[in-house]
Amino acid sequence: MLEVKDINVHYGVIHALKGISLTVNEGEIVTLIGANGAGKTTTLRTISGLKKATSGQILLNGEDITALSAQDRVKKGISHVPEGRRIFPSMTVLENLEMGAYLRKDKDGIAEDLQRVYEWFPILADRKKQLAGTLSGGEQQMLAIGRALMSRPKILFLDEPSMGLAPLLVEEIFNIIKDINKAGTTILLVEQNANLALQIADRAYVLETGSIVLSGTGKELLQSDDIKKAYLGG
Amino acid sequence: MEQLLQQIINGISLGSIYALIALGYTMVYGIIKLINFAHGDVYMIGAYTGYVCMTKFQLGFLPSLLIAMVVCALLGIIIEKVAYKPLRNATRIAVLITAIGVSLFLEYSTMFVASANVRSYPPMEGLLSKTFKIKNITISMHQIIIVIITLLLMVLLQFVVKKTKTGKAMRAVSQDRDAAQLMGIDVDNTISVTFALGSTLAGAAGVLVGVYYNSINPLMGTMPGLKAFVAAVFGGIGIIPGAMIGGYIIGIIEVFVSGYINSMYRDAVVFAILILILIVKPAGLLGKNTREKV
Repeated sequence: MLEVKDINVHYGVIHALKGISLTVNEGEIVTLIGANGAGKTTTLRTISGLKKATSGQILLNGEDITALSAQDRVKKGISHVPEGRRIFPSMTVLENLEMGAYLRKDKDGIAEDLQRVYEWFPILADRKKQLAGTLSGGEQQMLAIGRALMSRPKILFLDEPSMGLAPLLVEEIFNIIKDINKAGTTILLVEQNANLALQIADRAYVLETGSIVLSGTGKELLQSDDIKKAYLGG
Repeated sequence: MEQLLQQIINGISLGSIYALIALGYTMVYGIIKLINFAHGDVYMIGAYTGYVCMTKFQLGFLPSLLIAMVVCALLGIIIEKVAYKPLRNATRIAVLITAIGVSLFLEYSTMFVASANVRSYPPMEGLLSKTFKIKNITISMHQIIIVIITLLLMVLLQFVVKKTKTGKAMRAVSQDRDAAQLMGIDVDNTISVTFALGSTLAGAAGVLVGVYYNSINPLMGTMPGLKAFVAAVFGGIGIIPGAMIGGYIIGIIEVFVSGYINSMYRDAVVFAILILILIVKPAGLLGKNTREKV
């Protein structure tokens, strides 16, 4: 479904991504793990169009989307939950969710998806009139995911959904991520919590200073000694 | 007592003008964090457009007002596209200096085309020229029209910003530009719309002032522009209701200073207020003291 071919990205003179290639097949959960500053977030930002690649190619369902703007990529079915949630703090929960459906015109479909989001995250239904900035961290993360689902994406990018959340909440969010995937959305997940990410992922890529150094199925990497040492604390 | 009421009425009329201009400042600041110093000159162009409509084309007040608003909307879009958009990723000081350049360009181009002479709006006729006297308090029809049109435009603006899809996109872009892009919002278009809306209000203010004070000149935008900027900062820059409240408060203060102290001091007092706010509550009346995101 998603094919990234040899992308290079620079921030000024800093060479942030050095020829990254990866694929995500339909229906999979694929995770990118790696240390801080390895280029995980930059990879997602480049694929969703927030950051321009200096070279390389991005294909979505066989179509070259490298030259498209971020908003056109949303039209093609990419939805991105950015690092730090980035909800609109001075808009209500409902308005945030409506912004997720900004490009859609099918009123019935939007209402349907809104109900679906409320089923996944009942707390959002209770708080729909509240300003998003007043939500707790976990609720904001749920809102960010819910908002991203409102565009009815084909592929969903999640950047550090566990960041700053209590362990119990992290588990809850990861269960919902699995459910979302089962309901038919392909997922590309960036996570610091490598253990958790590898457990739910079909496949994984390991990033180190802008290059992919290892890839395999989630299970394989969980067993790998190198990974255990570097990322799993053992 | 009567004098006090009279001063308040005058202050509200003047404050309406400041509020209309301040809204444009605050909206543009909200969305691209730019103090658009050319905004006062868009107001001046509005006044000149109204003048041309009324004298050259013999149009009435309302059509002239509408035409001036449309012309200013287009001017706002053009200014943004030509001068600010190429600097989207430049430092803020570069854009600020460009804004001053645009301001000078508009002022002296107008001087070139229309000469530096002061021009007067044609006197209003019929109902528009009436004044009402209640005891010793005078209210002119001009003042009533200024207040009604200002309130009408504010209600309209609130509706656009709160309820329409474009308005929600504007708020989204001003709160988080990257996240807005990820929703599929066209950020460039949204910024254009914001400039258009702000400039429309400035255009309306220009015609209202032309009718009220009856005299316009190419540099008329400088002072009201600066005062409207003070009003926007007073209310909390980037906050729409703040600009409205700030505009009225600055207008009333200015009229009070002229009326009770000395009209020589009115400008000084307004700018003293700016300094005071920046010391005491830099975020403004309705602003929350938040740290600047880097």
